[in-house]
Amino acid sequence: MKRLLSIILVAMRALRRNVLRTLLTMLGIIIGVAATIGTISIGTGARMQVEQQIATLGQNVIMVMAGNMSRGGMFSGMGGAPTLTLEDALALRNEVEGVVYMSPEVRSSVQIVAGNLNWNTTVMGVSHEYLDLRSWPLAEGEFITDDDVRANARTAILGQTTAKKLFEDSSPIGAVIRIKGVPFKVAGLLVSKGSNMMGNDQDDIVLVPYSTAMKRLFGQNFLRSVNLGAGDSSQIKEVTNQISELLRQRHRILPGRDDDFMVRTQEEIAEFATSTAKTMTALLGAIACVSLLVGGIGIMNIMLVSVTERTREIGIRLAVGARRRDILRQFLTEAVVLSLAGGLIGIAVGVGLSMALAAQFNWPTFTPTWAIVLGFLFSAAIGVFFGYYPARKAAQLDPIEALRYE
Amino acid sequence: MPPVIEITDLHRIYQTGGTPVHAVRGISLRIEQGEFVAVMGASGSGKSTLMNMLGCLDRPTRGTYRIDGTDVSSLESDALAAIRNRKIGFVFQGFNLLSRTTALENVELPMLYAHPSLSYREVRARAERCLGQVGLSDRADHVPNQLSGGQQQRVAIARALVLGPALLLADEPTGNLDTRTSIEIMGVFQQLNDAGMTVVMVTHELDVARYARRTIVMRDGRIRRDEPVTDRALAGPEIERLAAEEQAADLVA
Repeated sequence: MKRLLSIILVAMRALRRNVLRTLLTMLGIIIGVAATIGTISIGTGARMQVEQQIATLGQNVIMVMAGNMSRGGMFSGMGGAPTLTLEDALALRNEVEGVVYMSPEVRSSVQIVAGNLNWNTTVMGVSHEYLDLRSWPLAEGEFITDDDVRANARTAILGQTTAKKLFEDSSPIGAVIRIKGVPFKVAGLLVSKGSNMMGNDQDDIVLVPYSTAMKRLFGQNFLRSVNLGAGDSSQIKEVTNQISELLRQRHRILPGRDDDFMVRTQEEIAEFATSTAKTMTALLGAIACVSLLVGGIGIMNIMLVSVTERTREIGIRLAVGARRRDILRQFLTEAVVLSLAGGLIGIAVGVGLSMALAAQFNWPTFTPTWAIVLGFLFSAAIGVFFGYYPARKAAQLDPIEALRYE
Repeated sequence: MPPVIEITDLHRIYQTGGTPVHAVRGISLRIEQGEFVAVMGASGSGKSTLMNMLGCLDRPTRGTYRIDGTDVSSLESDALAAIRNRKIGFVFQGFNLLSRTTALENVELPMLYAHPSLSYREVRARAERCLGQVGLSDRADHVPNQLSGGQQQRVAIARALVLGPALLLADEPTGNLDTRTSIEIMGVFQQLNDAGMTVVMVTHELDVARYARRTIVMRDGRIRRDEPVTDRALAGPEIERLAAEEQAADLVA
């Protein structure tokens, strides 16, 4: 232990002799490790943010969307085709095993009036299972019931943003709002959920029973989408397959023909949302790897120069009794100290960089501990890997030749 | 007590290029404890090759070499390193001190490779004692280029002595020194020898060889002459004589 310490001290002294050279040699490692840490921080931050947003969808959610529709060369967006019906939704709820929650979805953007205030927001028709499906608790009041759905009741639930716009700070429970001129009684207030991954405010919303929405507000008999909740995440794949099968049957789609609907799981949505971040991470990661490699080669190069410069020193050490492994250890330690110092500086720069990005541009960066450990171990490994050959070369020197070296 | 050096029919053949070079062709030699031997010879006589083998830096092609009773003719390089560390002290022509390293740390160097390892305090104490022995206690913190040639060679001698070797091996120790300093260094050797240290010194200068007790002359890889020094020079009187000469020549006041 004491011996190791003295070897490290000797190595540090050797490196201090030529500060500029040492710093330049470390630069490759510094950039490499900093880039690695930065990349991981940005990637992790982005993924955590997306995961948080995906989690606001609810748990084990499967979305079934109506397909697109073309009429005379004009395409509507997804969910525009009038092919997904309420009967489909009910069949999915009752016939597919593993589905525990279901809520059809119809939505439209409309003007809402309460007293002398008004606000333009999204009105969404949902079922009484919607809250369970999205794991979205109420802040106040009560949610839409099964009876409300059956009776086409004019019951409305407000999101936090909508409530604030229409009622400011007073409680909206029991108040009456008008949606497209139709009076609704506010029964409940949702807790705040923040923005979704597209950046839309999820609290800017009014929920009503889907039956009421379809018959009294929008006058439509098809659905935009159906949200289903699977009981268990391990069942999702199976449930998804069953959904597709059932819908193809119900829509009488011949084998070989395309679906007229789209089934998306939460995971797929998450994957789509993180794909850009992943590409960026991979690209930066590749740059980091190249930089580390170049840094390693730089260390090897300078160590080879150092071995040549210090041939006589090696000869002296061998003459006074150093064994080959002592010389090997000395130069290997020097290379590792060099790359580790670079690694530590790189970690500091990387962490600083990601903090600066977070502070300056509001990027959601996060540096996990394992990234720092990884940076540390990686730089040590580079020191060992690229330092071994020069150290071996030093250890293999012939003491007589080395002593005579000018 | 075994002889410090006992070599029997020692050969060294270099296999560089096509033709083998027979640098040492059958040398037998005994050097007892407390001797002071000068090995002389022109370049190419094989004295350097012999010196390398005596110093355990090189291995003989044939023959045996016992140092202080230990047969080292066929030891592995790690074992040879241990022998160099424990039994041999080297003094070189070019001093061979580590630059940018203080005199004290240079003296400590062999102890870094000692097995079993010495405590830090022991290392320091021994180094200081050996520097004192060569009269450089006040220069312990100086680095080599702040020291004169003679002082550097004294540091090298202190380094050679620090682990209490059986043999002090000097390769042209005065080659880089002026006359006065050479005599001073020979004085250090004579002093050590008088205290019982065995000294073997390679030199091509007859003047320097006269400070030894025994001279060996080599030619063509063999020993040509091996005889005691009859007109031995002693460092003390020689210094005085030099001083008188310098004064006579008006070199000094």
